[in-house]
Amino acid sequence: MAEQLAKRPINVPLMSNLAAAGEEPEILFWVGCAGAFDDRYKRVTRAFVQILEHVGVKYAVLGMEETCTGDPAKRAGNEFLFQMQAVQNITTFEGYGIKKIVTACPHCFNTIKNEYPALGGNYDVIHHSTFLQQLINEGRVGVSGGGEFKGQRITFHDSCYLGRANNIYEAPRDVLATLDADLVEMKRSKANGLCCGAGGAQMWKEPEPGKKDINVERTEEALATLDGNAAALANLYGVESGNAGATPSARNDQRGIIAVSCPFCMTMMSDGVKNKERESTVQVFDIAELIATAEGLNA
Amino acid sequence: MHFSIQNLLFLLVALAGFGLFVWQARKVRANILVGRDRDMSGNVSERLNKTLLVAFGQQKMFKRITPALLHLVVYVGFLVINIEVIEIMIDGLFGTHRALSFLGPLYNVLMATNEILGALVILAVAAFWWRRNSKPPVRRFTGPELRAWPKLDANVILYIEVILMVALFTMNASDLKLHQLEGVDLPGTFPISSLLTGLLPSSVAALEVLERVGWWAHIVGILCFLNYLPSSKHFHIILAFPNVFYSRLVPQGQFSNVDSITHEVKAMMDPSYVVPAPATNPDGSAVAPTPFGAKDVNDLAWTNLLNAYSCTECGRCTSVCPANLTGKLLSPRKIIMDTRDRVEEKYNSPLIFHPNMYGAEAKHAEQETLDKENHTLLRGYVTPEELWACTTCNACVEACPVNINPLESIIEMRRFLVLEESAAPNSLNVMFSNIENNGAPWAFSPSDRFNWADDLFVTEKA
Repeated sequence: MAEQLAKRPINVPLMSNLAAAGEEPEILFWVGCAGAFDDRYKRVTRAFVQILEHVGVKYAVLGMEETCTGDPAKRAGNEFLFQMQAVQNITTFEGYGIKKIVTACPHCFNTIKNEYPALGGNYDVIHHSTFLQQLINEGRVGVSGGGEFKGQRITFHDSCYLGRANNIYEAPRDVLATLDADLVEMKRSKANGLCCGAGGAQMWKEPEPGKKDINVERTEEALATLDGNAAALANLYGVESGNAGATPSARNDQRGIIAVSCPFCMTMMSDGVKNKERESTVQVFDIAELIATAEGLNA
Repeated sequence: MHFSIQNLLFLLVALAGFGLFVWQARKVRANILVGRDRDMSGNVSERLNKTLLVAFGQQKMFKRITPALLHLVVYVGFLVINIEVIEIMIDGLFGTHRALSFLGPLYNVLMATNEILGALVILAVAAFWWRRNSKPPVRRFTGPELRAWPKLDANVILYIEVILMVALFTMNASDLKLHQLEGVDLPGTFPISSLLTGLLPSSVAALEVLERVGWWAHIVGILCFLNYLPSSKHFHIILAFPNVFYSRLVPQGQFSNVDSITHEVKAMMDPSYVVPAPATNPDGSAVAPTPFGAKDVNDLAWTNLLNAYSCTECGRCTSVCPANLTGKLLSPRKIIMDTRDRVEEKYNSPLIFHPNMYGAEAKHAEQETLDKENHTLLRGYVTPEELWACTTCNACVEACPVNINPLESIIEMRRFLVLEESAAPNSLNVMFSNIENNGAPWAFSPSDRFNWADDLFVTEKA
């Protein structure tokens, strides 16, 4: 007997409305600029909200009261602009008595968690990978057995601001493990992960002159890993031992998924896949999208 | 014990050697302390723990097993052979011969360990030499910052280490043969030297000279090496320990807060905020304001300068830097090496001082004018093109076996460019004004910020 499915409209709760009603959310979901404006990452925001709705967490968002955390300004050296943004956000948080913040952006996560305390903002900040891991451990999501991702080849690309910056390596992997997929690790992963090329405000500027774009280098590694293309990998890593410029790898059209947990990584890896003309076989997804899809929340 | 002119000579040589080193070390200390003050006190047990793991325990070296094992041999050899150096010092000062031989069986173990480590050190050094000098060498031993003096320095260290080991074996083997000829047992066990005695002459007079030559060469060599350290990347054998001890304990993603800006921002936001009075000198005059960020070495924190003196130029940072890997100008190692060159150029120079000279390849972005005003760490050594290539990914910080943090110095120089010179790349200025005007780094209207929530559904079991 087929299960009866129903589409329920979501009215995303605004913090201002909750406060007016004298209510307090369990978590504040910090959407971030990419999550609010970037067409691709808006889908991640929506997927994460579907998960929140599905498990029934009492959450709220700031809506138009949100403003940039100041991360790109700080990484670019504009400490003044960073602090202006930070103080403005801290004032908003304090006004609502916010204690716990969940965000799908590792840059927002790092900035609010590590850099706001020096300016008087102390919160329990959780990246959505850790939050999803907790929901999984509690048996509230990840019970689908993977759905359409069961057995698919997936490689996870570490975000620098989640990984090296904050030592979170296992949470996103634990989330992916619930998909019962064929997970493959790139050689440069976890603490040795290679940046997608967007951090440090690179997202907003052209790269300096060089031989290659960083996102292309990283995408080539992800594709060769998904393909199991040993020759391509030897060529990539050969640069380390002075072996650069060996024969280019044979084209391999293995299907696969590059999983990310950061809006900038999403842009860079998606652009990389386009650059390598592999859009027809390889897709880039955020871990929240994978979970929402596996659970059938966006059917 | 027979005190002789040799002992007096030794006393003078040792005093001169250590005296010269102390004099040099004080100059290095002064150089490091031109950096900005930064409170790194407290958390002593956590810091000691980290020093034990990372510095003594070589924890981060073991990310790459081959060089880790080779380095371990030389490191343990250095630690253990120093016990024999203590004996040499005692013998030298008091005219004793093998003063520690009263240890009996323990002495046998000690000498045998020394000899085996000594032989392994020679093999490891040969491997190190090959990794640097074969064609092509290991990639991280190349690059514009690793030519001329740094390249020579790396090889000189290896040659000195071999000379010291050869001197040690000359001393032990001739001593052993002398005793064999006299039919007396030499205290200690010498597994390597006993294989070498056949290579030595059988004349007692010649052996006595050889033994003395080996003895003097070893100890004078060590004193010379000690005084070579402040001019060399090999200084890491000492400074790695304080450098790890004083490295940051906060998450790597946390960038420092600029407190002077915090006061300004808080005063802007809240008119009742009282900005603390500016610091004053002991005589009551105002301390000259420091610039935002770093233009020159004295604008960096003292820990950043300690970083520069602790660097052994191994290039692990540069070899994992995404910018460098894809052909950009940025090399974190160069930033650190430039910092040391600049502090030694501006303040105290070591005995041997050859700051790196870079050709056009390191400065292809803009032709920097090397006038006096611009001859600072920023622009004189490090170009804006290098700084803007950084993705702040922390790979260099993670890779450094002695916890050097090139990223801090990069950010300090970016701060100077942006806050003091408004010299950010144009596209970043656009991003700044987007944040100021729209509250987002992109040119979107703030009123569209909540549009993502339109027409949103969740599919659930009915």
